[in-house]
Amino acid sequence: MQQEFKQSIDKALHNANLTGALGKFSEAYKVNRAKAYEGIDFEALRTTIAGLKGYAASHLEELSDQFQKNAEAKGAKVFRTNDPAKVREYILKVAQENGVRSVVKSKSMATEEIHLNPYLEKAGIEVGETDLGEWIIQLAGQTPSHMVMPAIHMTKEEVADLFSKEVDERLASDIPRLVKVARNELRPKFLKADMGISGGNMAVAETGSIALVTNEGNARLVTSLPKIHIAVVGIEKLVAKFSDIGPILKALPRSATAQLLTSYVSIISGPTPNSDGSMKDLHIILMDNRRSEMAADPMFKEAMQCIRCASCLNVCPIFRLVGGHVFGKVYTGGIGTILTAWYDELKSSEDIQGLCIQCGACKDVCPGKIDIPGLIMELRRRLVKEQGVPLVQKSIYAVVNNRRLFHGMLRAASVAGKPFSKGTKFIRHLPMFLADLTDGRSLPAIAAKPFRDVFKTIEQPKGLKEKAVFYGGCLIDFAYPEMGVALVKILNRAGIEVLFPEGQTCCGAPARYNGAYETAAGNAADNIEALLAEPADYVISACPTCTVALDHEFIATFESLGRKKLLPQARELAAKTIDFSTLVKKLVDKGRLSLKEGQQLGAITYHDSCHLKRTLKADQAPRQLLAQAGYELTEMFECDTCCGMGGSYSLKLPEISAPILQRKLKNIKDTGAPVVAMDCPGCVMQIRGGMDQDGAAVRVQHTVELIAVQLKD
Amino acid sequence: MFNQFKTRAEGVSAEVHRFSTPAEALDFLVGFVRAEGVADQPGQYGVFADCPFLAAVDRQQLEAVAGMSFAVTREQAAGAKVGISQLDWALADTGTLVQDATAVDKRLVSTLPTIHVALIATSGLRADMPAWLAEIKPESANYIAMITGPSRTADIERVLTIGVHGPERLVIVFIDQLGGAH
Repeated sequence: MQQEFKQSIDKALHNANLTGALGKFSEAYKVNRAKAYEGIDFEALRTTIAGLKGYAASHLEELSDQFQKNAEAKGAKVFRTNDPAKVREYILKVAQENGVRSVVKSKSMATEEIHLNPYLEKAGIEVGETDLGEWIIQLAGQTPSHMVMPAIHMTKEEVADLFSKEVDERLASDIPRLVKVARNELRPKFLKADMGISGGNMAVAETGSIALVTNEGNARLVTSLPKIHIAVVGIEKLVAKFSDIGPILKALPRSATAQLLTSYVSIISGPTPNSDGSMKDLHIILMDNRRSEMAADPMFKEAMQCIRCASCLNVCPIFRLVGGHVFGKVYTGGIGTILTAWYDELKSSEDIQGLCIQCGACKDVCPGKIDIPGLIMELRRRLVKEQGVPLVQKSIYAVVNNRRLFHGMLRAASVAGKPFSKGTKFIRHLPMFLADLTDGRSLPAIAAKPFRDVFKTIEQPKGLKEKAVFYGGCLIDFAYPEMGVALVKILNRAGIEVLFPEGQTCCGAPARYNGAYETAAGNAADNIEALLAEPADYVISACPTCTVALDHEFIATFESLGRKKLLPQARELAAKTIDFSTLVKKLVDKGRLSLKEGQQLGAITYHDSCHLKRTLKADQAPRQLLAQAGYELTEMFECDTCCGMGGSYSLKLPEISAPILQRKLKNIKDTGAPVVAMDCPGCVMQIRGGMDQDGAAVRVQHTVELIAVQLKD
Repeated sequence: MFNQFKTRAEGVSAEVHRFSTPAEALDFLVGFVRAEGVADQPGQYGVFADCPFLAAVDRQQLEAVAGMSFAVTREQAAGAKVGISQLDWALADTGTLVQDATAVDKRLVSTLPTIHVALIATSGLRADMPAWLAEIKPESANYIAMITGPSRTADIERVLTIGVHGPERLVIVFIDQLGGAH
């Protein structure tokens, strides 16, 4: 990672104003968004939107033609180009031909994208942003940090300072007063402007209409007062039919600002009279700037379904810590990373794609149904393909894939690190450059005997009818073999014999999440061979990340690499794969496994692991199991927000991982429950380590450990 | 539908009134502009965009108020405290008013003044956006305006603040016996 990038992260993390404002906002957003969507079938709505936007993305040329024809028939002038420079030149030409001296703009990300303002200013034209947030950042000489709320990173004190300079009067940081100042300052600019420039939230091919969605009313003034109106619209805003406006208007305000509808929506379908009786000179620029290339890419076509609501930023546990400016470009957050890679170039996403922890929170709320984390993974894959795997990483994978060697090295490191573990089960401090890894979190000490060796010593009852292959994964194998022991005990009790094939290796997640798909494919092939070697009824894993690898990602990795040979076996493995809690819940329900009755085990809180909840959709089974065992569930705030582990993420960006963990620890402690359960050994490592350093008396346990001691004799 | 509209509109800080006849609404309007201090001085003007309502009532009562004008200019609207216009539809599920605002005076009186009074025939109520979309012909209206509550912003520290560029108050007046548009 670039030094400069690391520094910008560091700066953002130490900006208390920023993290405070964003943190508060993200908490309120979640609640308000849910309220705004009350009574609405979100899945159905976003399927509709994905469908109509997807249709538009695959008919861009046709819809652009149709839009142009219909808008021109109504008297608008339509200019189409792929080139941002041509957009700027066109606007300047119109301005110069009409003697334009001043321009007012309403919010437009497309004009931010092409850096229009400095271009016009250089030509001697006064340009005024009129959206309050845009005006603030224009005065501050900054870029927007958020698509919908461009100045969300600034405090009222900073805004008061900016406005004070502008009006040459010392202003207090009273928000309603500051808003009044903006109204009074901008009103004369509106009235004198010769040209208005807007963006467009939708462009309807069927009618040649553009729709503008705003709250402040500035777009109404920008499109009504000046005699010239130029709308700059990215072609991803095209929709086929007028009725397509309905679903988008239903989702956009709800997802963007948790409103049922914004204060104003304007649908412009041709020139209108000016107040002096003349007709408006209406220009609509349909800008491509690599959008049609994106639409032609089988994977990234999906990103064209974006309606620019920025909800992916609002729910992102990383964005709320670092804000938008670390993204370095005009578009920020999850979707911004993807757009930057296309509108700018793939290389521009090299650093920022690493910010994504792959928790999947954004994918859940995206009204365009875009698999944002999936597309970011694809960026990683393409970056690695272009630039190769760094040597250090390559040697790490070589070790990780060799189980004996990997354990040996970890164990050696752990023993060498004995002074650091002080005879406990934790490594609390690491020396020097590794210190960040134990900043706020102790690492687990490496088990003397890996699970693969412990397993051989377990005596299983004879004559069990069913067989389950256990896929251990790194953490259970090397750090938490006791979880594996607990799992064997539970399954045996339900009449299932457990097999542990020695040939199993790393699930490939570390390689895949770093874009090293070739390595991940090798892992997949080795595991398929090992896990399918012996006939079994189930393949069970107690690590959701591993389960997802077996269940989804082996197939996906082969597919993205175009390797068809092992696909049938990958599918066979996927069909057998099941996560621990889901299987055990089924066994209990079928009466094959009984828990002790009448137990009163007290309060417990449950942490949802990202892959278990959002990919496997298995968040209820562990809760029900724990309740059946006799625990009383007390839900924590943000129970399904990532703990900050994210596999190697916590190693690469420990400065971001640590504050995410701190939030999680606080939310757990706030419930007052003495135990927190979860289904992922990675989360256990992160949260148990965090609690150890925190010193709070909260036990951090995998569900498997809690259930194993509640079996009926 | 009216009750749902009222709840939603009030939820976004609009004020909602209902009268059965245009004459009663007129009485309300005369009282309203007087109470708001409409006068013949910049900043205190009243502007009224031409509409079917004006044809249905005795407008002399309003004309009698100094500073009220019916031929709306930019300057007058920019100096107005109160702008009045008639809207065409009301969407119950979001508390939204919809208007064919192709004529610029309709937009001037609803954007520039401090207060916008929106007149609407109760028969213009529709359940929701899809119901309205099914009826509208955008070919005949070059500028469709939707208004949901007064102008608002949350661009400074996410604090909701009313009245940034558009009106600070939106006063909605339903009139049951106002035919015409539909």
